[in-house]
Amino acid sequence: MSYWDFLVEYAPKLANGALMTIWVMIGSTLLATAISLVFGLMRLSSNFLIQGAATVYIEFFRGTSLLVQLYWIYYVLPLMGITLSPFMSGVMALGFNFGAYGAEIVRGGVQSVPRGQWEAARALNLSAAQRMRRIIMPQTFSLILPPAANLVVELLKATALVALITVVDLMFVAKQINATTWLSAQVFGTALIMYYLMSRFALVPFLRWLEVVAARKAGKI
Amino acid sequence: METSSPQHSDSDVLVRFDGVTKSYGDLTVLDKLDLEIAKNEMVSIIGPSGSGKTTVLRVLMTLETINDGVIYVDGEPLTHMPADQGMVIASESYLRQRRSKIGMVFQQFNLFPHMTALQNCIEAPMQVLGLSHEKAEERALDLLNMVGMADKKDQHPQRLSGGQQQRVAIARALAMRPKVMLLDEVTSALDPEVIGEVLNVIRSLNSEHNLTMIMVTHQMGFAREISDRVCFFYEGKIAEQGTPNQLFGDPQNERTKQFLHAVLDAN
Amino acid sequence: MEWRWDFTFEILPRMLWATGNTLLAAGAGYLIATIIGLILMLGQRTPNRLANMAVREIVEFVRSTPLLVQLFFVFFVAPQFGLELSAWTSAMLTIGLHYGTYLSEVYRGALEGVPRSQWEACRALNFSVGYSYRRIVLPQAFPVALPGMGNYLVGIFKDTPLLATIGVAELMHTANALGAETYRYLEPYSMVGFIFLIISLPTAMGLRRLEAMVARAQGKIEH
Repeated sequence: MSYWDFLVEYAPKLANGALMTIWVMIGSTLLATAISLVFGLMRLSSNFLIQGAATVYIEFFRGTSLLVQLYWIYYVLPLMGITLSPFMSGVMALGFNFGAYGAEIVRGGVQSVPRGQWEAARALNLSAAQRMRRIIMPQTFSLILPPAANLVVELLKATALVALITVVDLMFVAKQINATTWLSAQVFGTALIMYYLMSRFALVPFLRWLEVVAARKAGKI
Repeated sequence: METSSPQHSDSDVLVRFDGVTKSYGDLTVLDKLDLEIAKNEMVSIIGPSGSGKTTVLRVLMTLETINDGVIYVDGEPLTHMPADQGMVIASESYLRQRRSKIGMVFQQFNLFPHMTALQNCIEAPMQVLGLSHEKAEERALDLLNMVGMADKKDQHPQRLSGGQQQRVAIARALAMRPKVMLLDEVTSALDPEVIGEVLNVIRSLNSEHNLTMIMVTHQMGFAREISDRVCFFYEGKIAEQGTPNQLFGDPQNERTKQFLHAVLDAN
Repeated sequence: MEWRWDFTFEILPRMLWATGNTLLAAGAGYLIATIIGLILMLGQRTPNRLANMAVREIVEFVRSTPLLVQLFFVFFVAPQFGLELSAWTSAMLTIGLHYGTYLSEVYRGALEGVPRSQWEACRALNFSVGYSYRRIVLPQAFPVALPGMGNYLVGIFKDTPLLATIGVAELMHTANALGAETYRYLEPYSMVGFIFLIISLPTAMGLRRLEAMVARAQGKIEH
């Protein structure tokens, strides 16, 4: 079978798989973002317990393997009474894991806002909450976008793992086609190319555009 | 040590430092400092770096806590609050009730980069004083006009020169209607050609609006021109203070003389 | 679902053996990656523009695609071209290439982080290019590269479970096998997680100390 014939025959299936990959990515990015903000700010708390809880969470999810976390959520949680669909398991594992990395980025971002901004807000007698909400966080946003963008690109690649818990994404479809046709080079090669296209020519440009918008809002350009 | 401190009646005193000590670990930056600032007084603080000049402003603005002594503002304690037995260190809510009486302009301007000049000036009046958007804008435009920045009200700090940013910073601090304004080396970070425009604003604040001001500065000529009193700081204490003519014209303290010599030589 | 300690101790020997295998895989893969990384970085610095761009594109491609897909590609495709590769060999090659691309970026960043002025000083003192690299530039680039290199070592270690999918007998694979044999997944999976934690946490902490030391030595933070 020529490569062209292969594409005609199997591209629709692969495209569907890619769509599922995108859904998984979007879901886990949203969850990871929420977790990053919450735990990142918790890490900065002066309350020992709050800061400690955040540190434990972050160290745990960064210190263990994503695949292990994925299997744990999908295979072990049901034994404790919590059964999630493969999709939800995947989104949760990715969200929790990348949320931990994101939390450190948020923390680093907040700490990078120049000291003078904190002092000016203090001098103007803004409350701690007003200061955070109106002065610090808006400036943090543009600071964290570059490292956060790297993380999202990593997340896209990591979604391939959910194929191992039966989510019908691009990797899963590729494995399936391989198992039935043994056209390994064609199918895995095409899968690689599709991931590459999604990452380099869709995701990265989008993230670059976001960075520009954020910099403009922060008054940097 | 020579200190010819003026006698102020109690009702005149706006700011009072009572035996204030501030240390960072082993380093004592303010050493049992006693200082009184009267209403409408313009006080300049000069001295070598490390003498504690900026720290005086920073502890008054409650950017730092003090290790000993009490600071009073407008008759009430600022750094401490009354409790059953004497006084305890002030809580954040106590500070928030009183902090708006003090305003500060920083050496590095510290304007909020994600807001326009106008937005910088209405932020605190709205959030802290509870002013409506219209009232806050009205007040801000007034002040921006006074500092000569009304035409740049919709510009972000990025687009403004250092001198322009500092003038906006002055308007921003004034928008809170503080009783005392602290100026921390406000021209030290500026290019020479824009220093004048900032000094002009301070000059008019002093002459037309009779604001109580404490200014830490290296601009000796300016300090001499507009101050009611000049304090020379050395190693955390006031080594000498007096009217500009007294301190600059006829310094008594050895250190004062050395400092003034060094500064004038450099010019 | 009750945790059974007797079962835990029963499977412990096998888990420990698998841990050793995991560490071996991670270590060997990392070594290969450091070398491939060097080759890829040098490949991007050659004056030959075509070779330069080709290497650049390869690096970008490998960096932008999932390791799992690459693993399957190598494992299944190689035999179809006559190369009989064991799971272990496929794994080492793939990890080496994949992480080699990451490391080449770390090397590149560290090298470019050495200020231009250092090179100019070398030129002014008439040092040869080789000497400049060896005695002036690389000693400055190396500490900067160290944290990045350390991070990827931990990363490879945490990626070893992927190797289970093509049959490499590391921790995850063993846990799966145990689960399939005994129908008990709780203890094996939990132990895997635990073992990962007790290996990667101290390593990560050590790395952060290293980073701080580097930053201090470079005068970036105060003592």
